[in-house]
Amino acid sequence: MTTALAVLDIALIVAFGILALGQILSMVRLVIGPTPGDRILALDTMVINALGLVVVLGIQQGVQIYFEVSLLIAMLGFVSTVALARFILRGDIIE
Amino acid sequence: MSAEIIGNYATAIFLLIGSGFALVGVIGLLKFNDPMTRLHAPTKVGTVGIGMLLLASIVHSVVLGETSIHETLIMAFLFVTAPISANFIAKVNIHKRNCETPPTPPRDDTWSTLNSPDEEPLDPT
Repeated sequence: MTTALAVLDIALIVAFGILALGQILSMVRLVIGPTPGDRILALDTMVINALGLVVVLGIQQGVQIYFEVSLLIAMLGFVSTVALARFILRGDIIE
Repeated sequence: MSAEIIGNYATAIFLLIGSGFALVGVIGLLKFNDPMTRLHAPTKVGTVGIGMLLLASIVHSVVLGETSIHETLIMAFLFVTAPISANFIAKVNIHKRNCETPPTPPRDDTWSTLNSPDEEPLDPT
């Protein structure tokens, strides 16, 4: 039992580290661009990575509260991606 | 080996698979050298990566004795919305002509993606 818990702890730390590294790498892509499509894609990836961080935090603390948080983050991320793309495509979000 | 130990190992494996896919997708986002190619990699983060993390969350809740399958709702939402946002970003790339422009359609002037509203006549009579 203690070995399994130790393995789970190591996996949680590795997942936290990789997702944080993913945030940093997609922030690099967000800064260097070069096209607006790349920047929207980098923002979308950052939202998805933040969602993964919240899910892993919920696993580590063993509580169910983070379910609503991650559902809200997923919905807001999709809506903001579509709104940004729509703004570039049509020059307006709601016509 | 009780079910609890197997559940803990399964949670760890799902976590490692999910974060591995997230890392691969983000490296692809950073390393590829064409806007349409860069669009390909991060979609795996959304589906497989986060899907595996949510699966780990489900397995962990079963191990803790308070089973919840609410996470499948997030999974279904991500699986539905990932192609839509990828399609919108591809349309942005075509609209800004950052990739190869598609050939003109046979029976129409131009693609609606390439047609900005300020180029349209105000009164098309």
